[in-house]
Amino acid sequence: MLETTLWIVLVMLSIAVLLCFIRVVKGPTMSDRILAIDLLGINMIGIIGLIMIIQDTLVYVDVLLVLGIIAFIGSIALSKFIERGIVVDRDNN
Amino acid sequence: MMKNSLSLQTISRIAVFIILLFSVYFLFAGHNNPGGGFIGGLMAASALVLLYLSFGTKKINKVIRINFPYLIATGLLIAMATGVISVIFGYPFLTQFYEYFHFPLLGKAGLATALLFDAGVFLVVIGVTILVILTIAEDDD
Repeated sequence: MLETTLWIVLVMLSIAVLLCFIRVVKGPTMSDRILAIDLLGINMIGIIGLIMIIQDTLVYVDVLLVLGIIAFIGSIALSKFIERGIVVDRDNN
Repeated sequence: MMKNSLSLQTISRIAVFIILLFSVYFLFAGHNNPGGGFIGGLMAASALVLLYLSFGTKKINKVIRINFPYLIATGLLIAMATGVISVIFGYPFLTQFYEYFHFPLLGKAGLATALLFDAGVFLVVIGVTILVILTIAEDDD
């Protein structure tokens, strides 16, 4: 029962990743692309968590943490780029 | 253009220490588990990049007084010295030694000279990443 549910959720998350990728490619504005990239990272974290449950292991926990940190910093940098036009500014208030 | 980024600064003050602790964990876990000097250095560099993003280069350069090219050279020297030391004792280049010791709080733990090589890689990766990002960021005027 649990196995079947896990595989169904895995397929649904894969479809969600595909939809995010379509939004990244043809997003009308820059904000749509940034939001889709952030959501793609979160979906990948979910997929790796499900794979960890399926394979009954704890090895991929480090992968989860690294993906979370990279997605956090990446979305901060991109949103700062569309807000100010510069990523690392020289003097901040 | 003065925008108030108080929430970003408050979050990053806490998150930087968590990411730095995580990078040190990766450096020490790298012998038998996933991890090592390269990914640990990348995590430490991403913590420093988060600081530079939220506070600006002027303020952080006043706090972190590290000459990053010297950091790269120091890391390369440490990584090369671990190889040369095994040559001095008559073994092939980059031979690593492994021994178990008793520590007061940690109990029995294994110490390997590969950790010193990984520490050198750690410093090199931090230096290269921060140097590349700061050089690109300061190019705009």
